[in-house]
Amino acid sequence: MARFAPGDNVTVRRAFPPGHVRTPYYIRGKTGSIAHVLDSFANPEELAFGRDGLPKRPLYRVRFAQSRVWADYSGPAGDTIDVELYEHWLESEEIT
Amino acid sequence: MSDAGRMHHDMGGRDAGPVDQGGHSHPEWEKRVDALMMLLSNNKRRLIGVDELRRGIEELGAENYSKMTYYERWVSSITHNLLEKGIISSDELGRKMAEVEDAARAGGEKD
Repeated sequence: MARFAPGDNVTVRRAFPPGHVRTPYYIRGKTGSIAHVLDSFANPEELAFGRDGLPKRPLYRVRFAQSRVWADYSGPAGDTIDVELYEHWLESEEIT
Repeated sequence: MSDAGRMHHDMGGRDAGPVDQGGHSHPEWEKRVDALMMLLSNNKRRLIGVDELRRGIEELGAENYSKMTYYERWVSSITHNLLEKGIISSDELGRKMAEVEDAARAGGEKD
């Protein structure tokens, strides 16, 4: 069962574990909002080592403002980037 | 931006210069490596998954990762995965490589 719903604000965990991870470096620590709940999939971090990756983990398409991802972003203010991220990489972010 | 914790293969957002838009051809051996991976990963066999392939590429190290071509990385990872799983042995592989080299040398001499 997916913990987050479309519109929820989330922050990507700032973690740098060894092994095989599919969370890009540039998006760690950034805050965005859930655009889509995709489905649940076997965990690639486990599959990479020949294990079954179960239980399946919810995968989300998370939308970030480009200006919040890149310090020197010079494109239009409304530009966004979508990144697909597994639930265990996301934390709730309360809007203040 | 500090790059502490960034792994060498995690390149998103780094300056990479212009993108080469030109087409390129694949030598025969690259097509065979691609076919090999498709056969190893298909539903009938499921011997190597895409995440295992990628993990093996990431484990080649920074120097090899930047030096090797795309399919050289693939075939190195496929080899390591097959050795890890015991599907092939180093001895078997070493003998086959020598056999192929000998055949190529013999073929070359005829020309």
